[in-house]
Amino acid sequence: MMAIPLAGALAMLVPANRFLRTDFAVRAFGTAVSGATLLVAVSALTAFDFGATSRMQLEVDREWASAIGLRFHLGVDGISLPLVVLTALLTFLCFLYTLRHPPAGGRTRLLTALLLVLEIGLLGTFVALDLVLFFVFFETVLVPMYVVIMLWGGTDRRAAATKFILYTLLGSGLLLAGMLLVGATAGTLDMTELAARHGSGLSHGVQVAAFALMGVGFAVKAPMWPLHTWLPDAHTEAPTVGSVLLAGVLLKMGTYGLVRVALPLAPDGARFWAPWLGLLAVIGIVYSALACLAQRDLKRMIAYSSVGHMGFVLLGIATLTPVGINAALFGNVAHGLVTSLLFFLAGSVKERWGTADMDALGGGMLGTSPRLASVLTFASVASLGLPGLAGFWGEMLALLGAYRPHADLPRETFVMFMAVAALGAVLTAAYFLRMLSKLTHGPSDGVSRGPAPAVSAQEYAAWVPLIGLTLLVGLWPKTLLDVTADPVRALFGGG
Amino acid sequence: MIQGIDYAAIAPPLILAVAALGLLLADAFDAPRRLISLLSGGALVAALVAVAALAFGDRRATFCLPGDLRGSGPRSCSYVADDFTLLFQGIVLAAAVVVVLLSLQEITDSKMPVGEYHFLLLAAVVGALTLVAARDLVLLVVALETLSLPVFALAALRRYDGTASEAALKLFLVSVVSTAIMLFGISLVYGATGAMHLDRIAPALARLPADLDPVAAAGSVLVLAGFAFKVAAVPFHFWAPDVYQGSPPPVAAFLSVVSKAAGFAGLTIVLALGLPSYGHVWGPVIAVLAAVTMTVGNLVALRQRTAIRLLAWSSVAQSGYMLAPLAVGEDRLPEAVAATTAYVALYAVMNLGAFAVVIGFRRRAVPLSPSWDTLDDYRGLARRSPHVAAALAFFLICLAGLPPGVMGLFAKVVVFRATVAGGVTWLAVVMAINTVIGLYYYLAWAVRLFTPADGPSYDPAPGLPVRTAIAAAAAGAVVLSVAPQIVLQTVTQAT
Repeated sequence: MMAIPLAGALAMLVPANRFLRTDFAVRAFGTAVSGATLLVAVSALTAFDFGATSRMQLEVDREWASAIGLRFHLGVDGISLPLVVLTALLTFLCFLYTLRHPPAGGRTRLLTALLLVLEIGLLGTFVALDLVLFFVFFETVLVPMYVVIMLWGGTDRRAAATKFILYTLLGSGLLLAGMLLVGATAGTLDMTELAARHGSGLSHGVQVAAFALMGVGFAVKAPMWPLHTWLPDAHTEAPTVGSVLLAGVLLKMGTYGLVRVALPLAPDGARFWAPWLGLLAVIGIVYSALACLAQRDLKRMIAYSSVGHMGFVLLGIATLTPVGINAALFGNVAHGLVTSLLFFLAGSVKERWGTADMDALGGGMLGTSPRLASVLTFASVASLGLPGLAGFWGEMLALLGAYRPHADLPRETFVMFMAVAALGAVLTAAYFLRMLSKLTHGPSDGVSRGPAPAVSAQEYAAWVPLIGLTLLVGLWPKTLLDVTADPVRALFGGG
Repeated sequence: MIQGIDYAAIAPPLILAVAALGLLLADAFDAPRRLISLLSGGALVAALVAVAALAFGDRRATFCLPGDLRGSGPRSCSYVADDFTLLFQGIVLAAAVVVVLLSLQEITDSKMPVGEYHFLLLAAVVGALTLVAARDLVLLVVALETLSLPVFALAALRRYDGTASEAALKLFLVSVVSTAIMLFGISLVYGATGAMHLDRIAPALARLPADLDPVAAAGSVLVLAGFAFKVAAVPFHFWAPDVYQGSPPPVAAFLSVVSKAAGFAGLTIVLALGLPSYGHVWGPVIAVLAAVTMTVGNLVALRQRTAIRLLAWSSVAQSGYMLAPLAVGEDRLPEAVAATTAYVALYAVMNLGAFAVVIGFRRRAVPLSPSWDTLDDYRGLARRSPHVAAALAFFLICLAGLPPGVMGLFAKVVVFRATVAGGVTWLAVVMAINTVIGLYYYLAWAVRLFTPADGPSYDPAPGLPVRTAIAAAAAGAVVLSVAPQIVLQTVTQAT
């Protein structure tokens, strides 16, 4: 699965005059490569035995550097499978979108290669089953993303890119220390083995320290308030494809890491820190909602809304109950679908009218470009959690989980968290509706009054799968919950 | 008293010593410049072959105590060619070959006397080779001085240049002070134990009467000083930036790689073989030393505007990472030694590569600009010579320890692992934060390569030898990134 994008990225090193001379050919090549990867991912989906989702499947396990006990160990289970498919899908859609709408800044060859490397890193993170291997893939993502923001970003891209990489690298440095602390004291780096032990053999102190280190590492990535400040800048400045992948998949690495690595490896530490995690998550939800209300820039607003959504995901994790974790995993995928769609739309808006400032854009978009505006409305209501769409279930289940947290956790605190988070959900609705009323309704008085090109086929191609999946998991959440429920139960030591 | 000498064991330094004298004679008889350089490189390669041949044989030792003096103690050989020694000799010689390649053009450009240059270089390498094989304190000191003295002269070889003389003087003074401290430490250790051979010191220290304990403790800490100078650890680091800048760049490369590798070898030999039972004393000292060294090195490197000073401070910081595993003290010492050795080996490749590019870049720029070496001069290098720029960017990313420079990442992982396993978690956290600081300046430099130049641009097309050196380092870096186990495996077996 990862060999395909790797081969594709290497092919981009071939000099321009010998292979794929035109930019368009390069983009088409990228699309084909990522499409092939998606096919492999889908075939993995069919090969996956849904009867035993808690077991690692499709494993690869080889010696790599036996001197430090490092193995090349990959595999998928119910927790990682949806994210793997999501990654492959979003990368493919990004390439599809780029076919017609390349970001300003040229150098398509480099962009294609970087996006493919990014895909390798993301897929690798989700399937790695060895701590060091996980870390290698986790890091692989950084440099391509940095360069993508740096070269194809907006006006303040330099500062944004630097902030992005420094923040995330600080996180991963601490993450490495935490993972090695566990690895060194437990004597193995294999994640399946460590997870099966449920932290036995690690003293309470080691677990608390390890969870704190890993937690900070993942919290930067997720991002959790107050470590989120890199995110709005990075999202705002990144080109559309960059924002989509950043929001759709990169953030998931943080929460996935918490569920896959931090929780099973240091359960005692998790119990110790969970109330704090919950507190920060709730602050993040409310804070980001208030921040969104004050935003003028469409992309920036969506970026802050991501902080809020990830707050719900983190709250779900903090409850340490199967319901909460399922909610978190569900919220992950839902957020990946909906926010990617929103960023695609924001990119289209910016491309048409040259600005993403909501005041400058003015209202009445439903009148001037009805199709774009309707999809935007759809995505917004999905994001604010309208029942029947993807966003709803993740938030609802997270709140439900907070109502009845793990037996060892203080219940009153979590009920309070639940109340505040519910308030945050209302605020989320408020800012999305404000955005819609500003942009889509009312008289057309801004630049969006001007004539705009119709929605292109490539845009439709990028949007429709996302819309379809949003509806699917929204109307029929069982599809996703069934896949994740078993491995989550296994995570807590049950059958 | 007549003693048999195992000439095979001492072949590598012997070859070089003979070659060095031969070169000096040849220069006196006006041998052509090219021939002398060729001889020098040839001698190094011959020594490398000798090392490779020895590696297949058994452990050899010579200059042992004769039977009647030995008593009931261990064999006590002064010169031992075991796997550890041969590994370091290999690193030193390979790096020295690259340094000779880098020197070819520099000697002509800077009007340095060719015979003396190569004589001094080979003499210093002899010192380094002996240092890594030495197993008693006297031979260690002699070897350390054999390594240091020629370097003073090398640094000052551009006689017309005031900064070079200043650099040499500074180097000399710091070196003398640190040697004096080290000799004092040795005398204390000798006084306490009555032995000079490391394999006799270790048991003697283990059963030392309590009243001698403070003496031995003070002695063991003071012994570190001499090596702290060689590896440019913090209280003895002041020479590094000035010397790197003032001396000819190939000499700076020599100092930062060959001399440093030898210093680390000596340090680990003394600590692991001679003073393991005082781990509780020198362990914390090294931990603090490492933390301060990496922090100071990185923070000051942030402010540097010229490439060579940046490399100087960054190599100070890297010394901190290499010291870190040794902070574990007595328990898990073999693992720590392996980690340090692996880091030194990997660092040698990356740093030599970076130096090679800087040297190649510098050569053509000299007539054009007096400030040839500022980081801003590297702007736009990617357009003019994409291969060189790509190589430099790769080396820098390796030094920063990020994928795709997997080699650097593994070096960091190994070091983190050993540190955490030894229970010095706080040092790992300091290291994590330092990695971020380090990343900032490496990345800032790498980014400059790809931004368009605004001033006049130079064509840095380096000569064939330098290009060979860059290509060799780049090939090494790529190979080690794909298969880091080559180094890790060798190191684990050798230590």
